[in-house]
Amino acid sequence: MSVTPQDLLKGLEKPPLWKTLGVFDVLWALLVLAGAVFSWLRYGASMDDYEAAILLASGLALIALGWAWKPLRVLTLMVAALSLFAIWRYGDSLKLADSDFFLRFLVSGQSAVMWMSALFIAATAAYFIALFMRSEFIGRVAAAMTWSAVAMGLTGLMVRWRESYLMGSDIGHIPVSNLYEVFILFSLLTALIYLYYEGRYRTRALGGFVLLVISAAVTFLLWYAWSRGADRIQPLVPALQSYWMKIHVPANFIGYGAFALAAMVGVAWLVRDRAVRRHPHGFIASRLPEAGELDDLMYKAVALGFAFFTVATILGALWAAEAWGGYWSWDPKETWALIVWLNYAAWLHMRLTRGWRGAPMAWWAVIGLFVTLFAFLGVNMFLSGLHSYGEL
Amino acid sequence: MKPSASRHSRQLSAAAVLFEFLGSMNLAITLLVAIAVASVVGTVLQQNQPYQDYLIKFGPFWFDVFKRLGLYNVYGSAWFMAILAFLVLSTSICILRHTPNMLREMRNYRLNVQRRSLASFHLRREWETTMPAAEVQRLLGGWLSARGYRYRTREAEDQRVMAAMKGRFSKLGYFFTHIAIVVICVGALFDGNLPLRLREAAGKLKPETRDLPAAEVPAISRLPVDNPSFRGSVSIPEGSSANVVFLRLREGYLVQPLPFTVEVKDFRIEHYATGQPKSFESDLVIRDPQREAPLERTIAVNHPLIYRGYAIYQSSFSDGGSGLHIAAWPLRPAAGEAQRIEGKVFENSTLQTAQGPMTLEFTDFRLFNINPVPDREGHRRHKNFGPSFSFKLRNATGQAREYENYMSPVEFQGRRYVLTGMRTSPAEPFRYLHIPVDDRGSVQRFLRFNAMLYDGERVRKAAEDATDRSFERLGVNRPEVRGDVVRSMQRLVERFRTGGFGAVAALVDERVPADQREQVTEAYIKVLRTILGELYLELLDTEGVHTGQGAGDAERLFLRDAVAAIDALGAYGSPFYLQLTGYDFVQASGLEITRAPGKNVVYFGFALLTVGVFLMFYVSSRRMWFWIERRNGVTRVLAAGMGSRHPHDFEREFSLLSERLGQHWKVLEGG
Repeated sequence: MSVTPQDLLKGLEKPPLWKTLGVFDVLWALLVLAGAVFSWLRYGASMDDYEAAILLASGLALIALGWAWKPLRVLTLMVAALSLFAIWRYGDSLKLADSDFFLRFLVSGQSAVMWMSALFIAATAAYFIALFMRSEFIGRVAAAMTWSAVAMGLTGLMVRWRESYLMGSDIGHIPVSNLYEVFILFSLLTALIYLYYEGRYRTRALGGFVLLVISAAVTFLLWYAWSRGADRIQPLVPALQSYWMKIHVPANFIGYGAFALAAMVGVAWLVRDRAVRRHPHGFIASRLPEAGELDDLMYKAVALGFAFFTVATILGALWAAEAWGGYWSWDPKETWALIVWLNYAAWLHMRLTRGWRGAPMAWWAVIGLFVTLFAFLGVNMFLSGLHSYGEL
Repeated sequence: MKPSASRHSRQLSAAAVLFEFLGSMNLAITLLVAIAVASVVGTVLQQNQPYQDYLIKFGPFWFDVFKRLGLYNVYGSAWFMAILAFLVLSTSICILRHTPNMLREMRNYRLNVQRRSLASFHLRREWETTMPAAEVQRLLGGWLSARGYRYRTREAEDQRVMAAMKGRFSKLGYFFTHIAIVVICVGALFDGNLPLRLREAAGKLKPETRDLPAAEVPAISRLPVDNPSFRGSVSIPEGSSANVVFLRLREGYLVQPLPFTVEVKDFRIEHYATGQPKSFESDLVIRDPQREAPLERTIAVNHPLIYRGYAIYQSSFSDGGSGLHIAAWPLRPAAGEAQRIEGKVFENSTLQTAQGPMTLEFTDFRLFNINPVPDREGHRRHKNFGPSFSFKLRNATGQAREYENYMSPVEFQGRRYVLTGMRTSPAEPFRYLHIPVDDRGSVQRFLRFNAMLYDGERVRKAAEDATDRSFERLGVNRPEVRGDVVRSMQRLVERFRTGGFGAVAALVDERVPADQREQVTEAYIKVLRTILGELYLELLDTEGVHTGQGAGDAERLFLRDAVAAIDALGAYGSPFYLQLTGYDFVQASGLEITRAPGKNVVYFGFALLTVGVFLMFYVSSRRMWFWIERRNGVTRVLAAGMGSRHPHDFEREFSLLSERLGQHWKVLEGG
């Protein structure tokens, strides 16, 4: 035998983290750290301790995410470049939003969000075309459009953040404070979570399904901006002036995004199931991933959503203890968060302990999205309570 | 002996069945769903509102049914607590039943596995190699360690079994998440109102329903000062202090004394340039017998003061008894000068009316009223409508209407009005009377115009003038009917001033056959408008407004608005218009003061839950076995494994291994 026993399994071991890091990984870490240090040096004076901690933690999280998922680095660099470009074009005057060519048509907060919206809708169509025509090329175009949409949306949020400070130093705040802003966040995060699994499962077949829900969010966003002028930056009400908002809201929307993904994978499961029963080797059956794989992805999305939703609800309770005088007040929004949590807790129990799979879980994930949607939107529309900032 | 033993065993089995049932997954899921559904009820029906509001909303029958079901405070009701208690019980039993097994599993490598059972695994491979068994064992052991597995080996003469596992802490995820639920619920129980309800059930506590000063509330409605857990609120006017808070309990309240006194030195609202509120702050002074010097602190929303385990929050604000200077202008009948009234918010005053005295209860004063108004593009903008005050006007029979009067005029579509809102019950929204103001921004012109309708002499003269003019225009000369025409015109004005156009229409209904009513009504209204126009011109004349060329646009629109306002006066219900002429602004800061000793327990539960959830989902537990047999100079290796949570990742790991081995060893099965 030419291979010695010691070498037989060489290369299969799990190497320690530092051995897996290449030059780019180190550069990446240095770059993110440099950005965080720069932010701290420049804006540290107006941050409290918690905000400094949030900055540090976000920096570390971004480094880790960039190591674990390489494409995120390109995205981050694009967003940073576009945002810095917009900030540079703005200088100190918000008025340039209407007169400067680049701002007006590309990178002002509002324009970037419009680009995001257009790209998401186009990507939805492209994903479906790729699915039906079985075109690898169109699939790649669709994925590229989704990445670009995410880049534009994130840029939009970043620039909007800056714009709010240009309106007045007391008005400036992170753009996760009202329905308009969180809808952008929702679209972005849902797309990002999808893109991650697209890479991991090496299939673009689900893109159209997932982007349907994002397109719906984008449609709402556009209606909301045009009919209600919701895109205007509003100062923060006193209740929202807290560092908690910076962590509570994004954590919540990772949860919502993952639940939306789970629901759309559930839809794909059901579509496939129906098609397979009619034509076992038909058109759809051959194009969508296997039922087991869909099932697995659905579980992963629910688990991710549940973990972050748990954290978000806990953060919300901690914030409530600081703002309202109690960690739990049975406020309608809190209560609906609990209902969503209980719903997915039951879902997970059925899967993990009862081994339920397939149709019931897919239907349940879809219904779960409606429950989530009510917690996220319906509560603000129909019920009154302490969370009254997101009114329609 | 025997029967009793069997009875004993039957009892035992009954207990076991109960234990089994309480710890069962079906019950747990049912409870989760039940809590979710009950929670929905509590969000759809607004909780803890004044009972009066529910009575109005549902009527006496359903009010009573819902009250018995505890729907006005779902989350504090006995049945909801019972479901929660069952959930805690069920979860606890579940933990008791599964934890010992799980801890054993965590340490158990299952080295005693049978070859037969390995052969039935979904993930398995078998190879044959000439490599000696010890070498194979070393090779696979190296691989296991390099992949992060821990393993044990059992060696017999011709066979070796390697049992490996990884990520065993994911099992702890189950334990942490479930114990967290119990911990959180128990912690929250300390801070919830269960202790209050127990005391109430024991007859030691009774919520007070009357509106009394804190000092006069009887002892049965007072809680001890050392009560470890409560969540109460108090409204303290600027410059005043309080040493109690109030706890809302169903239709009443309880008084919770504090071991210190809180004074509100100043309360401030800051606004953004757009008018929206930017911050609410109170300067507090804490006076405590335990301290020598008073403690001065400023609190704001999101920045409470924690003092001796008591947390003091800025939760709301209200009026603190502002002084109100009021001119009450008579509307119906309108004549003479205004009554001057000096009042204070939360105090009562008397209004002398033609029907006798009425009670005036001042309920609120607001310096700013930031209201959304649509701008030209239809977007919502916020606009400050200026100061307003609210009051109830109660007649001798005790019936009251509620009013909300603004001090300054507000512009709508280019014209300016003073708003006064009215409603007959708190369940309704206010309906606003728009009183047009003259070019000086005053309601005087409207009041004078309204008063003219009660000036019999003037109305008669205006009616005569109008009659003469129309006779002249039509070439009629019938002095014998002139008196009748004038009188009927006067009657029209009388009808109109008391009941608006509706009363005019009613007059027609009384006197005219149905088929002519429409025509006659039209004629009457035309005549009425003529007289009102006459009176208005006369008013403008006395005001010195030049009307030689007829009234200008602004004056014409004013007349239209004034007539519309008088038309609506019938429904307005108050014989007076209360004009706010000045105020002395005093605010009150609404504080929420809490003690929550269970908070740390709950937070510990939160930490357990977070750790547990991530352990459960993101630490995948895997097991692998290698069965190595040496026979006739050939080593046979059977590999089998299973991975929970991330089976696909495990499959990848397994197939990478088996591919590599397959390149060098002979694959026997499953190839």
